[in-house]
Formats: sequence, structure tokens, C-alpha cells
Amino acid sequence: MHNAIKDHKREARLFTVRVVLGLLCVIILLSLLVSRMAYLQLESHQHFTTLSEKNRLRLLPEPPIRGLIYDRQGRVLAENIPSYTLVITPERVGDLEETVARLATIVEISEFDIKRFEKQRKRGRRFHAIPLRFRLSDEEVARLAVDRHQLPGVDVEARLIRHYPFNELSVHALGYVGRINEHELVQLDHAQYAGTDYIGKAGIEKSYENILHGQVGYKRVETNVRGRILRTLEYVAPVPGDNIYLSLDIDMQRAAKHAMKGENGAVVALDPRNGQVLAMISTPEYDPNWFVNGINSTRYKGLSQSAEQPLFNRFLQGRYPPGSTLKPFTGLGAMELGLLDERDHTNCHGWMTLPGNDRRYRDWKKQGHGRTDMQKAIVESCDVYFYELAMKMSIDQMYDFLIQFGFNQRTGIDLGGESSGLIPSSEWKKRIKGERWYLGETLISSIGQGFNLTTPLQLAVATGSLAMGGRRMYPQLLLQIEDALSGTLLAQTIKQANQITVHNRENWDYMIDAMEKVVNSPRGTARSIHSETFTIAGKTGTAQVFGIAQGEEYDAEKIAKKLRDHALFIGFAPIDNPEIAIAVIVENGGSGGSVAAPVARAVMDVYFGKQP
Amino acid sequence: MNLSGLSHSQESNTRGGQFIHLDIPMLLGLLVLSLAGLMILYSASGEDMGMLQRQAVRLGLGFAVMVALAQVSPINLLRWTPWLFGIGLLLLIGVLLFGHTGKGAQRWLDLGFFKFQPSEMMKLVVPMMVAWYLHQKPLPCSKRQLGVALLFIAIPVILIIQQPDLGTSLLIASAGVFVLLLSGISSKHIFISIGTLSLFAPIMWFFVMHDYQRQRVLTLFNPESDPLGAGYHIIQSKIAIGSGGLYGKGWFNGTQSQLDFLPERHTDFIFAVFAEEFGFVGIIALLAIYMFIILRGLQIAAQAQDTYGRLVVGSLIFTFFIYIFVNIGMVSGLLPVVGIPLPLVSYGGTSMVTIMAGFGILMSIHTHRKLLPA
Repeated sequence: MHNAIKDHKREARLFTVRVVLGLLCVIILLSLLVSRMAYLQLESHQHFTTLSEKNRLRLLPEPPIRGLIYDRQGRVLAENIPSYTLVITPERVGDLEETVARLATIVEISEFDIKRFEKQRKRGRRFHAIPLRFRLSDEEVARLAVDRHQLPGVDVEARLIRHYPFNELSVHALGYVGRINEHELVQLDHAQYAGTDYIGKAGIEKSYENILHGQVGYKRVETNVRGRILRTLEYVAPVPGDNIYLSLDIDMQRAAKHAMKGENGAVVALDPRNGQVLAMISTPEYDPNWFVNGINSTRYKGLSQSAEQPLFNRFLQGRYPPGSTLKPFTGLGAMELGLLDERDHTNCHGWMTLPGNDRRYRDWKKQGHGRTDMQKAIVESCDVYFYELAMKMSIDQMYDFLIQFGFNQRTGIDLGGESSGLIPSSEWKKRIKGERWYLGETLISSIGQGFNLTTPLQLAVATGSLAMGGRRMYPQLLLQIEDALSGTLLAQTIKQANQITVHNRENWDYMIDAMEKVVNSPRGTARSIHSETFTIAGKTGTAQVFGIAQGEEYDAEKIAKKLRDHALFIGFAPIDNPEIAIAVIVENGGSGGSVAAPVARAVMDVYFGKQP
Repeated sequence: MNLSGLSHSQESNTRGGQFIHLDIPMLLGLLVLSLAGLMILYSASGEDMGMLQRQAVRLGLGFAVMVALAQVSPINLLRWTPWLFGIGLLLLIGVLLFGHTGKGAQRWLDLGFFKFQPSEMMKLVVPMMVAWYLHQKPLPCSKRQLGVALLFIAIPVILIIQQPDLGTSLLIASAGVFVLLLSGISSKHIFISIGTLSLFAPIMWFFVMHDYQRQRVLTLFNPESDPLGAGYHIIQSKIAIGSGGLYGKGWFNGTQSQLDFLPERHTDFIFAVFAEEFGFVGIIALLAIYMFIILRGLQIAAQAQDTYGRLVVGSLIFTFFIYIFVNIGMVSGLLPVVGIPLPLVSYGGTSMVTIMAGFGILMSIHTHRKLLPA
């Protein structure tokens, strides 16, 4: 039981003790708060400052303008043109589906547009503007302007898009740009490509991507919690990509294409003095502008499934039997090795056989060329003479000589995906086929058939080296780089050319002389392209696509076009001071002299200033 | 009733301020605090003059209520206490039955001309009720008396939890408990109570607390687990405080607050704005003002001449500290987010008027003392 009488003094004392205890608690808790503040504001200050800056500051990339591509005379091959693009910022749109449906009633929006939009939307941030339709017409822009106020989050942006004014002409050399895909995204420097829509996908656009692209700039902006930009704190301007001058001449390109007369094939013309590529065409071509904003699947199917194979880069990747165009090289090889000289001759009666074998190795001319020396064998393209030559020259001697001209290897041109062709050797056959080499195969190899495969580019390069008396050459499309800011031109040095060992210069002159007669003598296989204004040396070729059975006749009219011979021509001009070396192949064109040689002549005409 | 200690209190003397029954040091402390509050509110609101004016009007009202209550004699306060308590309970029941729902909780009673929050009144009435009950008993009180006193606390608290309003019920419970503690209940009883409370904790967790309240507690321990939801407040507020550093980013220059990263920045989280803009130094100054008010308050409590006055003033001051501690603790990530404002600084009227009314009662008790011969 408690004492019922209140003791005021005792209660007051008790209260004071309790207040002091309470005050003690207050001080302890207050110290806890102060030390918490000290921890946050002093100890972890740096950490939270970083977080605070990350909250408010945003880096907005400013993509650079892509460098232009010119031909050697300064004509624009690839440019950037403003194009109106319909964009949607998902963050600002209430009902995305409804908005897109609404837009589809104002401008044309295809299934493909929507698919592409969805794909990008999933990758992007909600507050980024994502393109829905490219290349709006002026009329469409006007129609959108009327209804824009009812469509929040929908904008029309003027963006620069890549444009190729010559459309399909030169596409295989030039290549094209396209939207960056997920695979490329992984390998890219993300900082540099933040804000960039396009990347070089093929050709020069791909090879010189790092020169053309430029350097990304950025805006450091302060944003509020909703991402609205309040002010720009720092601006670093992007550095536009450098412009590129190519050694190509668009007039020669056009002439080459025109001269191909719609046939499939390839033309490569280069300057043998320095390896600059003057013309480079693969037909048929396709329009690179289709690829810039993503090609639709119908068009792509049309291109990729066409029997004409327009996407195939014939001058770079086409592996063709060189046929008789290889004869000047094998012939020169035999002479340089001292296996025969200009006095040696054979009697050609249309075919020959090897000892102990019935198989007939035919000449293209059924009745034969009669008494034939090296010169006549080149001028009239006698096969039997070379069969005889092959009896003296081993396949490995042939191989060793030919590869000096750049056959059987990539030329190293500044384009990706080059094929290396094939020149057989006994070692090669053993390795690949597991068989020994047969003499008959040497016979066929000597006239550029059999296993031999060359690209049109390799043929042009080899022709150039032959024309220059054995100076090797590294082809290049890049002529000079123009600094985008200062405008200074930076000429591109060509890789130092090596010299092929020359045993006797007279052999080379002899072979060039024979090639001159191919064009200029009345019996020459390319006499149709004889020119009064400049001297041309050349060699025709007709490469078999289709083996003819023993005892059968080759009749162009009878067999399907697809199986007809390829027509080839190599040549250079002028003879004394070569400025242009050329290789032409017309697929299934038939005769090299009548089909391929005129193409070379047309290109040379433009080069030497005589418009056809 | 033993009213002897208060019988001469109307004969107030003319010592400084006492003729209008105000304690000058306490008044100065409250004024400085209010001005600091207005200053940071102006920045936190994005220099919103309208908001500043509304807050100034509320402060004015608060001070008016304080002055008015200071004039009321403690004798009358003591007499009215049980009646006020009874009315308060009825109003709380009324809220549960006819209350106005706002933000998912029933707290308001719409009286037609204005909305009234009975739970605010109970913040003062509950400690007064416990003090009223104890002041006539010899202290320390018996076990049975303690049980009755606890009932006076528990009934309104349980009613308020139903609304639900965790912050207010916590404040009311602590205000009542402070009276008990100050009354000198034995440490044995204190330990028993703590033991009982810890038994209640799991019951609270599983049966009384709402999901969002449990979520807040969980989020406290790991705010990063839900950075866009419940953890967002704490993360952003810690960033604001931490990035303030020693001297702060300067008035109006707090990026966390000015750029809207900090939620509820002019109400419950205004302390983070203060910390961001004025830094550690500013915080120490602010805490010093609070500490001055608390020390002066405890001094007044100690000087009170009767049990009722002592207990009420002491409880009010410790509750005032609870406001500060819980608010700063929650803003700095030490405590879960419960809706308790920073007294006299946070934007908002109801709780401020309650606090000022409390200081009015404090001044009344202090200035109606019978002057004893030195």
C-alpha cells in the first residue's frame, strides 16, 4: 500500500531526477542525429555529390555530320541531304497504338515502318524521339502541321540522311550506309556513336568509316526529375567527318556501265603508275539509297534472290577463269626462265595429244594456226603453242612466276571482302585434293583454264605490272582526304611498289609488242578496238564455263546463255608510257575480242578525252 | 481536488513578459525557429510567394493560439481536462464513423465550415489527462493506477491507429508515456512496460499495421531494393543531405530540391532541403535553436509549482523532441518514413497550431506561478 499523503518535496525531487535522465536521453539521441549528419555530409559527401550530379546532369550527344565522298574530279558521290522524319517520343504519348493509327490516316505508314519503329522503341529510352516515317514529302509535312497540336509527343524533325546522287552507279565500290544494327552496336565505341544513326555497311563507306564518321560532340544539360532540359551548361561541338576524294572518275564509270550493254560482268581500270583505281564497275548494280533507312523485305528479296545477283561484287569477289588473258604472263614466264625464245615455234594443226594418251587438247581454232611463234600465239591466241610451252614449263615454275603479279593473293585494295583467286601448284593439289599433279593439267593451266581463278581486279593489277615492266602495284580507291574543318587536302600515299625480278627486259618488250599487235595487226583478236589517237596493247580471253565432251563442237547458239563462255579482255594504254590498265569480263558474253574489248576501249576513250 | 498550488496564480506579477503571460526567452526561440522555417520554405517551394504567405498566416494563427492559451489559468485547464478528454474520444469515434477520407486515411471531421482533425487535439489532451489523473495521487503511483493511466493512453491511440495514422498515434502514445515516466514510476514498471511493448510489436506488425506501413519499415533497411517506389524518398533525401557537405550548396541552390528530385520537399522532407542548402554548419545551428527551446522548456518544467504543471510541460517538451528526432531520423534514413513534420519548419497548418497551443499551455503554467519568497 502506498502512503496516501502526497509528499510534494519528494515528488519534485523525483521529477527533477527524471527530467535530468530524460535530458540525458535527448542528448544521446541528438548526438546520434549529429553523427548521422556528419556521416552523410562530411564522410560520404563525395559519394552523394556524385549521385546528386548524376541526378541533374545529362550528357546529350551531338552526332557529327558524315564526311562527303567525291570522285577524282570533285563530283559528289555521297552526300547528306535534309529529310523530314516523323518521330514519336513515347514518354509524351498517352496511347501509343492509337497515336500511330491516327498518324496512319494522315500520312502513309507501312507495316515495315511500324516494325522498325517497334524494334527501336524497345531499345531506346522513353524520352528519346524515335523515327516512325522517313522522307516525308512537303505535302505530308503540311498535313501533319495541321493536326500536330492534337498529337502530343509527335514531331517532324529535319534530319540529315545519306544520299547517293548517282543512285546505283558505282555502288559496289562506294557501298552504302545503313542503320546501326544490334550486332554492330556491340562492337562500336558507344561514346562515339551515341546519337549517330548510320554506319558504313559496305564498300568505301565501310572501309573509311572512321574517317567519314567524325567525332561526336555533346551538350551537358541540367534536367529536372522529369528529364526536361532546364539549361545547357557546356557545349562541345561535334567535329564533322572528313571528306574523301576517290580516284574513281564517274564519267569513266558511266562509260563502262554503258559499254557493258546490260550484260553481267565487271570492269576495273587503274593507273599502273600508282595503283589509283580509275573505274570499277560490277554489273548489274543496285540503288544504295534503298539501304539507307532500312530496305524493305520485298525489295531485299528481289535483290538477293535475283538470278543476276546484283548484290554480288564481281570485280572484288568474282572468281573467273582468266582464259587466254593469262597467256602473256605464262608466255613471259617461259621466256624469262629461258625455256624458249622468240625463234621457237610450233606447227599448230588444231589440237595436240600427250604421248601415250588419246585425249585431244584442242585449239579454239579447229583448223589450227599453222606455223606459230610466241608473237603469233599471243596475237591470234593459239592454244597449241602454249600446250607445247607447258611441256617445258612445270606447274610450279608457272605458279612461282604468276604469283609475282599478285595472283593467288588479295591485292590489298581498300575494300573489304576481297577474294584471293587461285593459281594451282603441285603442292596445292596434294594438299587440297590429295592427288599428284598431271601434265595434262599444266597444259590447261598454261591457257588460263583448269583450276585457275582470278578476280577482275587481280587481272587489272597484273596487267598494270606487265605494262610497267614488272613494277608491282597496290590498288587503292582513296585519293585524298579533305579535313572537314580546315579544308586542307591530305594526299594519300600509295604503298611502296616492289619490282618483279626482270631477267631480260627484251622479253618484256617482246611480250608488250605482241600485245600491241593483238589490237593493231589485221589478224589480232582485238583489232576491232584499234585507235588512231592512242596506242593500246591487250589480250583477249574466252573462258570456258562448260566442259565440252571429247569430239563435240562448241556452238554458242545451241547452249544456254548461262553456260556460254565468259568474254575477257586485258589491256593498257598508251604503250610507251602506260597511264591506264584495264580488265574487263562479260559473263557468258562469248568472244573476248568482240564483246569485252570494246568495253575497255569505251573506258579508255573517256580517259583520253574522246567522248564516244 | 488539491488546488492549493495554483490558488494564487491569478495574482501574476509584472516581471518581464509575465503581464501578458509570455516567457520571453521561449518566445524568442520560437520566433527565430519560425523565421528559419519560412526562409527554407521559400527556397523549398521554388520561391513561391503564395505558399510563403499561407505559412506566415498559419504561424500567425499559431502564435495567436499560443498567446490566447497562455492567458488561460492552469486551474481552468486542470478542470477542463477530463471533459476535453471525453469530447476528444467522442470525436475520434465520430471520425471513424463519419470521417472525411483523404489520402487513404480518415483523419478529418467535416464540421461544415472547417475541417477538424480530433487526433491533433488529443496530442495535448492525452498527456493532460494522464497528468490530471496522477497529480492527485501520491507518486510514484501504484500498479493499479498505472494500469488506469495506460488505459487513458491506449484507448485514443488505438482509435487513431484505426484511421490509420501511425505518426500521430506514436506521438500521442509517447506524450502519455512521458507523463508516466516523469511521474516517477519505478524502474521495475518501466521494464515491465518495455517487455509488454516488445510483445506488442509482432502483434502490431501482423494485425494492426497496414501493408504500406510495413513496406516503409522494410524499405528503411534496404532502400535500394525499391529505388522507384518506397525507397525513392529515402534515397533522394540522403543524396540531398549528403551532397550538402559542410557549408551546403547555398540558399536556392539545392539541386535535389530545386529540380524536384526530392519528394515532399516543403512538408515532411524539408529538413533535407535545409541540409542540402545550408550544410552541416546550418544543421548544427538549427539543432542549436531546437536545443535552446528544449532546455528552456525543461527549465520551466522544473520550476513548475505543482505536479500537473510539471508533468504536462515536461511531457510536451519531450514530445517536441520526439517530433524533431523522428523527422530528422526518417529524413536521414535512420527511421522508417512516418508522416511526422519538422516542428514549425514543415509546411502545413494543423500540427503547427497544436504545437503552438502546447507552448501556450507551457507559458500559462510558467507565468501563473505564485511568486515564492526568495
